[in-house]
Amino acid sequence: MSAPGLPSPGVNAVSYDVDAIRADFPILEQTVHGRPLVYLDNAATAQKPRVVIDAVDRFFRQQNANIHRGVHALSAEATVAYDAVRAKVRAFINAQDDREIIFVRGTTEAINLVAQSFGRGAVGRGDEILVSEMEHHSNLVPWQLLAEQVGAVVKPAPITSEGELDLDALRAAFSDRTKLFAVTHVSNALGTVNPIAEIVATAHASGVPVVVDGAQAVPHIPVDVTALGCDFYAFSGHKMFGPTGVGVLYGRAELLEAMPPYQGGGGMIASVSFEGTTYAPIPTRFEAGTPAIAEVIGLGPAIDYLNEVGFEALMAYEDELVGYAVEQIGSVPGVRLIGTPEERVGVVSFVMDAAHPHDVGTVLDQDGVAVRAGHHCSQPVMDHFGVPATVRASFALYNTPEEIDTLVAGLHHVNEIFG
Amino acid sequence: MAELKQLYQEVILDHNRSPRNFREISDTPHHAEGHNPLCGDNLKVWVELDGDVIADASFIGNGCAISKASASLMTQAVKGKRVSEAKELFASFQKLVTGQVSPQESKEVLGKLILFAGVSEFPVRVKCASLSWHTLNAALEDASEAVTTE
Repeated sequence: MSAPGLPSPGVNAVSYDVDAIRADFPILEQTVHGRPLVYLDNAATAQKPRVVIDAVDRFFRQQNANIHRGVHALSAEATVAYDAVRAKVRAFINAQDDREIIFVRGTTEAINLVAQSFGRGAVGRGDEILVSEMEHHSNLVPWQLLAEQVGAVVKPAPITSEGELDLDALRAAFSDRTKLFAVTHVSNALGTVNPIAEIVATAHASGVPVVVDGAQAVPHIPVDVTALGCDFYAFSGHKMFGPTGVGVLYGRAELLEAMPPYQGGGGMIASVSFEGTTYAPIPTRFEAGTPAIAEVIGLGPAIDYLNEVGFEALMAYEDELVGYAVEQIGSVPGVRLIGTPEERVGVVSFVMDAAHPHDVGTVLDQDGVAVRAGHHCSQPVMDHFGVPATVRASFALYNTPEEIDTLVAGLHHVNEIFG
Repeated sequence: MAELKQLYQEVILDHNRSPRNFREISDTPHHAEGHNPLCGDNLKVWVELDGDVIADASFIGNGCAISKASASLMTQAVKGKRVSEAKELFASFQKLVTGQVSPQESKEVLGKLILFAGVSEFPVRVKCASLSWHTLNAALEDASEAVTTE
């Protein structure tokens, strides 16, 4: 089956062999309810290539030891492997210094760390924290918690009816009281890509630091934190084909160095006595306790994998794929697309006249198609569009136009059942 | 496919399209709000009591076909029942949608409600079917806090 309007099997068959890529992901071989799995829930979590699975497996079979403390061979080996990934992450996002890379549990923990460690120092009573209206709850609730603690206010930066940041309104939203701006690079509910470099320049012109949620960006577009100019950038391993339980907080060294610890414990100290404790330098200061060693080590090959596929080829492929999805899904009778941003990656959100997103999800599941139905932890976005929930199809580098055809056939199926 | 047909029976689809007793009862103290925070479904249930008999029941809300149809059929099923009977009905319904009893076994008690037997094949949808019943239960107990499925 070939999709009309799109050269099959890939956009650029020479440089992008989607069949070969699919073969790297063992889970994609399976069937669900007797139908081939069509995995379109990548914004929730992405599948893992064999190199990642093998790295985690190898670590537990052959390398498992705690890091930084042991003098024995295994510990030394684990420490080297762990620190090597830090350097790899630094290069991946073009940070200037390995010390600017902090391993955390995921994007959520990264943002909470910034809120509690940086935020408590930077935001005071009566101050404003500007938060875009398209944020995942993980880049909103930590700011609400901080605001409650220090007596500050969380102020929304509005979005347009297309689901893009309203840049004029944003510029006008900065005031003398604005102490921080939190914004996503790519919206998990709409797929909107925000012009981060431009936004950062605006914020910095008002002296406001910017925290960027990059969870949905890293699997789709190359991220260069130096070019973006942002102060903090957070992302999760599991959405970029790595393991769950590991994420990254990038922070500018000069800011991190001035920040107090987020959690206390082993590993983050220089010396401890009952008279007082001095803290380790960055990044160790922010990595209390035994980290997710195996998961960090598993993140390494995920980065290698993305680099080997190459963002140029990947972006060209995904751009056509998502364009095809928008066009095909949008042409199903009774479908309303939620969010029509000009710059979009990875996500197509929609509702149907005939059925509630949950019912759509159940019908699609019977066809082997995994999508997400709900508010996607972005209730302010749902409120903005006046819907309680959407169906979200989200794509990754291994999805194909044929899978979109299966999804669309499922949507016709929904119309047959509920029409 | 067969399972989908079992889930989305004609009667369920009909009650989804045109829910019965889809209105407010303004002068009753017995009402409650329920929501499923995971999917954003929310509904309100009103009950009018005549002694310990449910004289009238109604609901308003938005949600999926299963939750709407369940609420609609529930309001029909409990009308004229004693409060204790309604609670027994809820217990039987819960057993049906979680697959603990067969539709044959519970047909006598549940009547039309055995249409929801298909839900047991879809564990993630059990909460959709039972949200209205939890909310009814809260309304009967004059719960002041909204019930949630979590």
